[in-house]
Amino acid sequence: MKGAEAVIQSLLAEGVDTIFGYPGGAIMPVYDSLFDFTDQIHHVLVRHEQGAVHAAQGYARTSGRVGVCLATSGPGATNLITGLADAMIDSTPVVCITGQVASHLLGTDAFQETDVVGVSMPVSKWNIQVTRAKDIPAAMAKAFYIAKSGRPGPVLIDITKDAQFGDLEYTYTHCTQLRSYNPCPAPAQHAIKKAAELINNAKKPFLLVGQGIILSGAENELKELVEKSGIPFAWTLMGLSAMPTDHPLNMGMLGMHGNYAPNIKTNECDVLIAVGMRFDDRVTGDVNRYARQAKIIHIEIDQAEVNKNIAADVPVIGDAREVLEDLLPLVNENNHEEWIGEFLALRAIEEEKVSQEELFPEKEGLTMPEIIRRVSEKTKGEAILVTDVGQHQMAASRYFGFNKTRSNVTSGGLGTMGFALPASLGAKLGVPDREVVAVIGDGGFQMNMQELATIRQTHAAVKIVILNNNFLGMVRQWQQLFFDRRYSFTEMENPDFVKLGEAFHIPSARVSERGDVDAAISKMLESEGPYLLEVMVEKEDNVFPMVPTGAAVSEIRLS
Amino acid sequence: MKTHKYTVAVFTENFIGLLTRITLIFTRRHVNIESITVSESEVRGVHRYTLVVKTTEDVVQRIVQQIEKQVEALKAFYYREEEIIHQEIALYKVSTKFLDGQHNLEKLIRDNHARMLSLDSEYLVIEKTGHKHETQALLEELQPFGVLEFVRSGRVSVAKRMKELSEYLDEMETELQARVEAGKNQ
Ligand SMILES: Cc1ncc(C[n+]2csc(CCOP(=O)(O)OP(=O)(O)O)c2C)c(N)n1
Repeated sequence: MKGAEAVIQSLLAEGVDTIFGYPGGAIMPVYDSLFDFTDQIHHVLVRHEQGAVHAAQGYARTSGRVGVCLATSGPGATNLITGLADAMIDSTPVVCITGQVASHLLGTDAFQETDVVGVSMPVSKWNIQVTRAKDIPAAMAKAFYIAKSGRPGPVLIDITKDAQFGDLEYTYTHCTQLRSYNPCPAPAQHAIKKAAELINNAKKPFLLVGQGIILSGAENELKELVEKSGIPFAWTLMGLSAMPTDHPLNMGMLGMHGNYAPNIKTNECDVLIAVGMRFDDRVTGDVNRYARQAKIIHIEIDQAEVNKNIAADVPVIGDAREVLEDLLPLVNENNHEEWIGEFLALRAIEEEKVSQEELFPEKEGLTMPEIIRRVSEKTKGEAILVTDVGQHQMAASRYFGFNKTRSNVTSGGLGTMGFALPASLGAKLGVPDREVVAVIGDGGFQMNMQELATIRQTHAAVKIVILNNNFLGMVRQWQQLFFDRRYSFTEMENPDFVKLGEAFHIPSARVSERGDVDAAISKMLESEGPYLLEVMVEKEDNVFPMVPTGAAVSEIRLS
Repeated sequence: MKTHKYTVAVFTENFIGLLTRITLIFTRRHVNIESITVSESEVRGVHRYTLVVKTTEDVVQRIVQQIEKQVEALKAFYYREEEIIHQEIALYKVSTKFLDGQHNLEKLIRDNHARMLSLDSEYLVIEKTGHKHETQALLEELQPFGVLEFVRSGRVSVAKRMKELSEYLDEMETELQARVEAGKNQ
């Protein structure tokens, strides 16, 4: 067998049936082999390699499987880098396979030679260059194992062209362990006991839900735990949808543009239980004034995250599901009505001061939240929400309702504009039966809008909502608040998005009047294939609440 | 927080690119690596990196955690100066014209517990092992003779604690096997 076919056989052995890619010289042998397997592998031809990797991320996030991309050497490979960085910081399992110049040309600055192993090192969980055909199956097996095990992440395999052409005796052995790698350490039972003690004695416990819950499949255990112990919880941006939004113990979203109550109560609780999250600075605000009064229990699979940003009183290293399973029988039944009442009182303040006018505006212009609310109501919490980066992302994250896990796909840690359009394509292909709505700003849309062609070509029924404020809204907001309203290069003269969508043969519409919004959204959701809806929103609305940079979470502002 | 000199010892599988991954962990945090030495360890196939850095305990602790997170890194430690026995080697190339009996080069070598490694018609090479301040002191004493070339190696060190690497490896192996058997290493 040729190395190129070994690549494909390895993918099949790993159960891969969908890949995202773009051909070129150094990966042509693999593409040639792929041509014999089109009945088993659905290859999605993206229009830019960045689109491939974001699509693979979207696919991985909704399906729970590994996302796979294929690209050529040089520019093809470097175009993957942003997506690798994004997947790295958001713990998304992705395997990228890149072609490389023939091994005798390595280091000669050959045509389209880039040291992609070097370039991708800081943004990959693991990477390898393969120069011999016989090494391909083992490298592939290792790559998949590393990508999906423990704290997931992106890996890259760079395969020289001669290795793709070379012969090997193909056998495939799944990688199930590596001596130097303990992806999922056994949680220390004494730590779990200590955590239970703290929880049982707490008067004002508060639980933070991170993406680790979703990645470890701990949704049920979490639900049992909070319901048994009566502990209110809030989620990080990446933890969204780990529980139903309308769960009575859900206090909303943490962080810079999260909700009022959970941010304030972080600095009032007596025991803070953080599960599968990493205390990102967007969540903590000023770390020196973060939950100083509380005993902190940090349940986390990645040892390197413990005591990195916030010191834990009781660290529990392990898989969230495993830890919660063990913790559950040790935790007493309880309720914390009074304490929860304090959250609800703050929620009422937020509703009165912020949400009411945002969701049911009396002013003329359309707001982002009211559009999100309508889409959310019409999809009844069943849809997958894909967001880009900016004001619309924060509005959507606060106001979209979820009934099912793995329903939120966004670029959290990296904040990659241009993520949503390709990610929504991947999200849809990952779970074709579910409705996928992409909410994107006019700025971010233009960063990867070429993927409209891919969406069209795959007939992926993605519903694209562009919230057009004719500004790089989030940056403009900061300019207004912190740079004296000096709107330096944030206003945009945009293309006609409706014509643009139509040019890609995607049914498209624009709405700018409140009275037309309902019908426009219904039409979008009722249409069979992909659909693009441009909504003209207020140009200079701001997102609140807000924890300004450097402030404590309890200093969250409502205006 | 106060900065100190720390010696970081890393035990790894032999894997191309790992050196870069490890140094990136330091440079990314703007920590300068003062010296680095790589060799095979007492366990066959396991490589040992010795890095010296000046930073706070806080930072070195996080760095070590990040190093251990690398797939091919087996184990990493950090040590304060008093927790290790360490050594460096320095070579000094000096012109033979000073070997005229008048310059007391011989006494200097003797007093410094250095030794002459090689003697050529034009130059001699002096070797001295010791801590940095010792090899530095000899350098300064030799300066008047015009040192033609000087080089100092990175630090090598062994820990004072008696636990052997193989014990750590055995413990890790046992833990990992238990996880594998429980089907919980995914
Ligand atoms: C690739 C990239 N470049 C720049 C930024 C900085 N940035 C963050 S939000 C934002 C504005 C986004 O504008 P838009 O897409 O129109 O969304 P809005 O905030 O208006 O909802 C910018 C430029 C980024 N996050 N990503």
